Amino acid sequence: MKILIAIKQAIALDEDFEIRADGRDIEEDFFLPDLNEWDEYSLEEAMLIKERHADTPVEVVCVTIAPDSADEALRKCLAKGADRAIRVWDESMEGSDPVAIARALAAVAKKEAPDLFFAGVQSSDHAHGATGIAVAGFLGWAHSAVVARLDYTPGAKEVALKRELEGGLSQELRLPCPAVLTIQLGINKPRYASLRGMKLAAAKPIETLAPGDIGLATNDCGESGSLARVRRMYVPEKQRAQILAGDVAAQAKALAAIIREATGS
Amino acid sequence: MSSILVIAEHRRGELRPVSLELVAAANELRAAGEQVVVGLIGKNAHAFVAAVSKEGVDEIATVTAPVEDFDPDVSEEAVRALIAQYSPSLVLIPHSVDSYGYVAVLAAKDQLGLATDVYKIAREEGGWVATRGGYGQKVAVELDFPGRSCVCLAVRSGSYKPNEAAASPTVTAVDVPALQARSTPLDYIEVSAGGDVDITTVPFIMSVGRGLGDEANLPRFKELAEQVGATLCCSRPIADSGWLPKSRQVGQSGKTASACKLYIAMGISGAIQHLAGMKHVETIIAVNTDPQASIFNVAKYGIVGDIFEVADALEQEFS
Ligand SMILES: Cc1cc2nc3c(=O)[nH]c(=O)nc-3n(C[C@H](O)[C@H](O)[C@H](O)COP(=O)(O)OP(=O)(O)OC[C@H]3O[C@@H](n4cnc5c(N)ncnc54)[C@H](O)[C@@H]3O)c2cc1C
Repeated sequence: MKILIAIKQAIALDEDFEIRADGRDIEEDFFLPDLNEWDEYSLEEAMLIKERHADTPVEVVCVTIAPDSADEALRKCLAKGADRAIRVWDESMEGSDPVAIARALAAVAKKEAPDLFFAGVQSSDHAHGATGIAVAGFLGWAHSAVVARLDYTPGAKEVALKRELEGGLSQELRLPCPAVLTIQLGINKPRYASLRGMKLAAAKPIETLAPGDIGLATNDCGESGSLARVRRMYVPEKQRAQILAGDVAAQAKALAAIIREATGS
Repeated sequence: MSSILVIAEHRRGELRPVSLELVAAANELRAAGEQVVVGLIGKNAHAFVAAVSKEGVDEIATVTAPVEDFDPDVSEEAVRALIAQYSPSLVLIPHSVDSYGYVAVLAAKDQLGLATDVYKIAREEGGWVATRGGYGQKVAVELDFPGRSCVCLAVRSGSYKPNEAAASPTVTAVDVPALQARSTPLDYIEVSAGGDVDITTVPFIMSVGRGLGDEANLPRFKELAEQVGATLCCSRPIADSGWLPKSRQVGQSGKTASACKLYIAMGISGAIQHLAGMKHVETIIAVNTDPQASIFNVAKYGIVGDIFEVADALEQEFS
């Protein structure tokens, strides 16, 4: 039994970041990369299935569509116990939107033939909430988004899950396998990598593939394989809060006055 | 005739309000002579006709689904059929948990233009242009859709003012024979306050976020909240960690601070899903070490600083 997990090295921006010269992204010098927060939960969910069903071998495989700068994210997953890591990339993939990424993920899934495919609900940088579910489109599999609880026995024909909705509501449902699920924050408590895990991970290979190796043509990748194109990025004019001046004592005094005025106390 | 298609959303027998915001968006974006069509998909789709019969809607297209609840395959197939019927250049869909479940599948299969969590839409000579946030909402990202004759946009709620004026559009039943659900819906579960305070009714909230760092820091904020007369609430990571009950989580998947007049956000970055539950509050004060945190975009007052130092000093003010 196998679970394939989409992994992303997500980007936070350093203070005082600058827009790239072509105006379509941020200068890479200001990138602060880290494993996408949601992916910590999808990896953990796969690890829990693996550990809870020791009688059935479960292989946990991580895949990312990214240049080698994302190896760090994959190593983190290996350190937490993933069995294998795959990275697909070449320059033709530059400028890929979520759907072009999903097409490549689906091509890996066709090759790996997992029983379940997990992705995070969204990534902490661009928050499209589209990549994981689009994979289901390319595979034709059943799918559910924003999964907040999962019951699955390896080899079962169905998964039982809870889909988190808005306003504190959620819904339980069943879905046939194989399935694509996007995993939500809070579904579990992600583990930290152990020192031993990190040592083991450093020795594990990362399998690197080019789009051609998974049957993708050049026009499946990058901008030509995308449904949208970034035309411009800019810092919008925003209404900003009035910043309370002075040292912390003065700020607290001002804050107390605001509280007293608003509460009439 | 060209058209803009709006997909209305409903749950447990009620139209979700964002549907009417999308009607307003479509009406604002339409060109002369362009039709605005609202698609209603459901077992009893007809029941929502009155609720979406608003000014600016030319036609309501109902699709009868085999299931009561949302199912991604049913929605995908139904929207596909509506697109085939009306050939819209633009399809507006709420950016919601339901649409997370199928819009990207539809767009990927049919190679339609796609952008999600869009808050601004423009029409230019070259086609539709959508604006969304990027890098944790620190930048605005403008997208275009070269070569796509139909573009699907999942639109953030609150981006357009709903259209409330009633009208009597034409209603057409669109027959889609092949609709089949693969999911089997079971029960709905609601987070209840369960004896705890109902945060939708309180006037003054102090909310703590991941800046809290450790559960051991929670008691002092509990005391501080009590001292200043606030109800202690939180952002999602605090509730997910089990430090405060889920019923105290403010935001999209938590509760809306509906009756709140004063909101102090301590160590909360201001993610869009948190803002969904509090950005309407009249007086918001944010304390955050990051001067660029998005929470300062909705706050009236801000303190760029450490929540522990501010908490100490505030405690002295109230002792
Ligand atoms: C479908 C969906 C639904 C969601 N629903 C909700 C919801 O209902 N509610 C919700 O809150 N989130 C929700 N989220 C999650 C949301 O996207 C964010 O992950 C979450 O709001 C982040 O919480 P935070 O601001 O506390 O943490 P972070 O984003 O990590 O921010 C912590 C902030 O604290 C600041 N900070 C750190 N230390 C200090 C210090 N000592 N002093 C001052 N400041 C400090 C940092 O600068 C940072 O800005 C949802 C996400 C999805 C996808």
